[in-house]
Formats: sequence, structure tokens, C-alpha cells
Amino acid sequence: MSIAADDGPGMVARAFRHRSFAIGAVLTGLVIAAALVSLFWTPYSAIELAVPRKLRPPSAEHPFGTDHFGRDILSMIMVGARNSIVVGVVAVAIGCSIGTALGLLAAARRGWVEELVMRFSDFTFAFPAILSAIMITALLGPGTINSILAIGIFNVPVFARLARGAASTIWARDFILAARAAGKGQARITVEHVLPNILSIVIVQATIAFALAILAEAGLSYLGLGTQPPLPSWGRMLNDAQTFMYDAPYLAVFPGLAIAVAVLGLNLLGDGLRDLIDPRLARKR
Amino acid sequence: MRLPLAMATIGLAALAGTAAPSLPAAAKDRVVVGMQAEPPVLDPTINAAAAIDSIVSGNIFESLTLIDDRGGVVPGLADSWTVSADGRVVTFRLPEKVTFHNGRALTSEDVRLAFARAMAPDSVNASKKIFQPIEAVETPDPRTVVVRLKQPTSIFLFSMAAGDAAITATETVEQNRTRPVGSGPFRFKEWVKGDRVVIERYPGHRHADRIRMREAVFKFIPDASAQVAALLAGDVDAFPVIGAPESLARFQRDPRFKVVIGTTEGEVILALNNARKPFDDIRVRRAVNHALDRKALVDGAMFGYGTPIGSHFPPHHPAYVDLTGRYPHDIARAKALLAEAGFPNGFETTVKPPPFTYARRGAEVIAAQLAQAGIKVRIEPIEWAQWLDIVYKQRNYDMTIVAHTSPYDMDNYVRGPNYYYGYRNQELDALMKRIDAEVDASRLHALYGDAQRMIAEDAVHGFLFQLAKTGVYAAGLRGYGQNEPIVQTELWQWSWAGQP
Repeated sequence: MSIAADDGPGMVARAFRHRSFAIGAVLTGLVIAAALVSLFWTPYSAIELAVPRKLRPPSAEHPFGTDHFGRDILSMIMVGARNSIVVGVVAVAIGCSIGTALGLLAAARRGWVEELVMRFSDFTFAFPAILSAIMITALLGPGTINSILAIGIFNVPVFARLARGAASTIWARDFILAARAAGKGQARITVEHVLPNILSIVIVQATIAFALAILAEAGLSYLGLGTQPPLPSWGRMLNDAQTFMYDAPYLAVFPGLAIAVAVLGLNLLGDGLRDLIDPRLARKR
Repeated sequence: MRLPLAMATIGLAALAGTAAPSLPAAAKDRVVVGMQAEPPVLDPTINAAAAIDSIVSGNIFESLTLIDDRGGVVPGLADSWTVSADGRVVTFRLPEKVTFHNGRALTSEDVRLAFARAMAPDSVNASKKIFQPIEAVETPDPRTVVVRLKQPTSIFLFSMAAGDAAITATETVEQNRTRPVGSGPFRFKEWVKGDRVVIERYPGHRHADRIRMREAVFKFIPDASAQVAALLAGDVDAFPVIGAPESLARFQRDPRFKVVIGTTEGEVILALNNARKPFDDIRVRRAVNHALDRKALVDGAMFGYGTPIGSHFPPHHPAYVDLTGRYPHDIARAKALLAEAGFPNGFETTVKPPPFTYARRGAEVIAAQLAQAGIKVRIEPIEWAQWLDIVYKQRNYDMTIVAHTSPYDMDNYVRGPNYYYGYRNQELDALMKRIDAEVDASRLHALYGDAQRMIAEDAVHGFLFQLAKTGVYAAGLRGYGQNEPIVQTELWQWSWAGQP
């Protein structure tokens, strides 16, 4: 499991000898590939209804079968992957950029700024994220953009805490003192010295948050608050499949598998990344 | 599968402290009926929600008349009635022994007061119109109600069966919202909000000896898949209108259940906000109708259960005119009409479907169909309470999908621009006035035909299909109706096979 050979082969080769990283990368790659391919090709239209073809079980023609409107499940899952990735990436980008910036600010300024940022984080943490996301989408109306916003907002405190914690330890290091002695200001030190040193932790966290965001988007769509028809979404496919559980279980199995693959892949990838970037953590386990 | 439920019943009886030892083992006299929607209140005389009537009408509350399974008027609270030769005086005769659930005797005075409340200027009765023909209500003796009408009225006896015309007691008007007191065969027991309403046999009812069910539970299960699961698990004995038409084939194969397909008075329409652009333009409304493929809609959204309609009238009625051919599915013509109306490239609009299967699924199919004609529809799902407020009251919508479940509800089209249709046609107003006063059946049917044509000609809405009554019942259940000519789930005839 661990990677002892620090001075061995290069980073990439090392990475792929790391089992969870390798599996995670393959699974994530699969999802991303499906999303990319769906941009210019899907076996059938994922949007147009074809009622005469409805509820066909998996076959050579429709590897994953068709849903109650005759749409090809495989095509829908491919387009759904795109949707999940877009929501995940944008939501994490929002949470990561704002959160990390706030965390860095708190670590640099200390005092009341830090208090303010951290109490804000505590405050947001006090609400269960998914419930709050439901509240936000219920208030602003359902839709992809609002679900991105809701998920993004609740990623802000996660990154703020992480960045502040990591940045605080960096600020206590000797090379920061040296930079100060050289006359560099807080902002410059933050950008030139603190940020590069905490970036790896932030990237690992972003991978995990990405997985959670995909899960959250599926949850919101399942509740009818996320992506709206006709655009396919994994969560809504699961919801639609509910009444067909007895007659056409494959309707629920494939979108469920898709969510599992994406979340598992990203989690393993994040795990592996952390081990690779910070070998000390890996050895401790 | 039946066993756990039977045991639960015994357990309940024992808990209630009724002399348990001598109970005949597992004689089932309790029924659990599944309902899709929970009513906002339980007083049918103050609120339009059909969910109220489906629980209380004919069970807790009685109206003067009843509607049988085929749509005929039969005695309800009134034993009998006579209509004068000129059609303007209806004399109802009340039975000898009628009491409200609080023990007080129900007399003709209660009928007069109930109608007076419904007709009062400050009344919030949702169907005030059915009382409009009444000129005076007289009570010559405690068992006789004489209703004088302003003019002969074709559907007066029919409309007196509505929950809106239920006879309520003056002293319980306030509590009827949550703890209703009526005179029906069942009395209110409890309402667990969000879950169920329980009613029990009223021993003081004049026909109490004929009522087989000791207790009935109306359980609210909004989610279609949960409805299927509840039936399969035996948690629910009957679902008079199940929300998952795709599950019917499965229940048909299962010997534990009986599937009963009947008709309802529910015309499902794609309501267009006639007061709002671009639907104020008849060419746009006609284009929408041409873009609709009703057959594909019924197949896709309802698994074939439902009859396409071309106007706002139920196909099982003798006065029905088939107008489904008025706007054949024709994308080219839809596009041409749109171009004529100034939308050569179509337009964007929204549809707000309430949380019923026919509406949510229908919205997806309709959005796809309209897209072919260039109308880009954004689907904005909406909860039922929001629908009643935002769509129905505030009229803040472009399109919505809803079933109008009341019988003879074509008069919605003469409610004017303040009704959520936002529609007015003075010719139709005049025609409806003639319909109201026409008592000759064949002339009446001809007038109904004219009204259907007029509404179709104006393409007020996208007329979609008549909702089927897709009922699933436990195999041992007896006495339920096949159709739903009026919204009600009367339980007084229900029984279990083998019950004494």
C-alpha cells in the first residue's frame, strides 16, 4: 500500500504502482471519457422520446435498455456524466477558490478577520449541507445553475478551514521569516510562499469534494430540485426508475452504478493523491 | 401476506379494551384506502380540493342526493323527492331518524341553514354556482325541504350530490375544518397530518346495520412507487386511483389483487394562460393543439390508460362530441400558424406541472412534442399547495397540466378573466345560460355539443385526455365502484369476502 521508494522511479510511474490511485484514475477516466464522447456522439438521442421503443431490457441494440419514454439508457448516462462533471467542477471551483482565499486571508491577517472567517465557517457547518442545498434550490427554484450555487456555497467553509489550518503552520516556518526579513508584504508572501505549499492539500480536498458534489447533485436531482428535464441526470433517472423497480430494475441499476463508479473513482483518486503528495501520511497508516 | 394485517387488527382491538376474548378470530372489518393527495382541510363546503371530497363525501358528510356508479342520481340524505310540473319546485323528503355525529337530530332547518351559509355573500364555498338557481328554501315541517328555483335547472339534482352541498351542522361549522361532524355512515376519528385520516362506523346512522366496515383508514401516499410498494406489502388494501399506471400490468398478473379500470370526470388539460402573451393569440393556441400528439401522450405518460379528448367534456357522457379530429397532429400546420402569429422561429415558454404522475410525465412528453413545432418549453415542477396558490389563485403561469375532476365543469369557461384560464367568450356565456335552464334531455345534449365545439374552436387549452380510474383493490374486497362520476369514495357498501 505505501510507497517507500521515494527516490525510485518518476512520479507518474510511482503513481500507477499505487493501487488506489490507479483504480481511481481508471474509473474517473471512464466517466470523463463518457462525458467527452457524449459531446459529439451518443448511440441514440438522450433527449428525444421514442415511446414505441419503451422499456426494452438490455440488448445488443440498447446495451443498458430503454426507459419509460423509449430513451436509450446508455446515451442518457453518457450525457448525465457530462452534467455531473459540469456541476461538480463548477461547484468545487466556487467553493475552492472562495474558500481557499478566505482561509489564506484568515491565516495572513489573524485577529478579527480570522475570527470572522472561522465563525462564518462554523455557522455554515452547523447546517447539514444537503438540507441547506435543498432549501436554497427550493427558494431560488430548481435548476442546474441553482444546484451548482447551492453545492458551491457549502463547499466554501470546507476549503476555508483547510486552507487556514495549513497556511497557519506555513506562516510559522523559518523561510517565511526570511521572506519577511527580505521585505516582502503579507500579500506577496501568501501568493509566493504560502499558497504553493498548501496547494497539494487543497487539490486532494478538491478531488474528494468533487465526489461529494456529484453525489449531492444526484441527490438534488433525485428530489426534483437539480437538473430539469429534458436534460438527463443520474439522480433523476434513479427517481424515474422507482416505479419500475419491479418490472424493469435495470432502469435503476445503471444510473446507480454510474454514480457509484464516479464517486468511488474520485475518492480512490483523492486517497492516492494524498499518499503520493504527502508520503508521511501514508507511512503513518 | 394477509396475516400480519389481521393480527394487527386484533392487536388494536385488544388495546382498545373491547372485550377481547369473545372476538370472532380475524373477522376483518377494517380497510385501508390509499390516496394520492392529502386534503388541506376536511370541510368540503369551504375548499375546492378534490382530496376532501374523496374522503368525506358520502362517508362523514351526506348531501341530499347521491350519484351512483353510472352517473345516475339516487337518494342520499333525502329519501325521496318530487319535482313540480314546471320544474321550479323540488320537494325533498328527509328520513325519519337522522342525527349528526354529535347526537343532535338533523332536520329540514339544518338543510336550509347549510344552503344559506353556502349562498351567503361572504361564503367561501368553491361551487357557489350550484346554489345560484335557488330562489328560496322552505321548511314546512322537520322532514320536508322545499327548494324553489328561479328557473328550471337541468343539473340541480345532480349538483346537490356534490360535497360542496353537504349538509353540515351550524354548531360545528368551525371544527369541520379539522374534526368534521356530519351525519354520514362514518364518523371522524383522527387525522394524523401528513399520514392518514381515520373514520369509524357511526352506530347511530339509520343504516348502521348495513355497514360492514367498522373502521376505515385513508392513507396519503403521494409517491407513485411508494403506492405500489404499500399495496404489495399489504399496508394498503385499495388504491381507487393509483398514480403509477405502469404497475397495473403487474397487479393484473397478481391473484392477490383486482385491477378495475373505469372512467372519471377528470379532463386533463394543458391549460394555457389566455390572459398572457403569446397565448392570448388564438393562432398560437391552435398551433399548440396541432403540435400535440394525444395518442403518443397517453401511451407515453399513461401507459395507454386514458382516452384522448378534443374539448372539455367526458367521452362517456351521452352528450359527448368527438372533437379530437379538430386539431390533428400536424407539425407543419402548427409551424405555419406560429409564423402567422409572428413567431416564425417559435418561442420560449414554461410549464408548471403539479406533482401528479399525469402532469409530471405529461410535461416531459408535451415539452418534446411542442419542441418539434419550435416551442421551447422549460419544465418548472411545482408542489400542489404552490400550484393552488401561484397558478390557480395568482394566475402566474404560462402553461400547466391539470385534471378537472368535477362533473359538468364546462362552466369554468364562463368564469371570466379572473379565473385562472383568463378566457372570455360572450357567445359561450350566453350558451351556458341556456344550458343551465334547459331541462329537455335531447335539447340539452345538443347545447352541450355546441359548447364543446365552441371551446374547441377557440382552442382555449390543449385538450389532452380523459383520466382513467385505475383502481387496484385487494382480491377479497367487495362493493367498490368502477367509475368515478363524482369525486367520492363511499365506503358504506364496501365489505370483505366472507364477512357476515
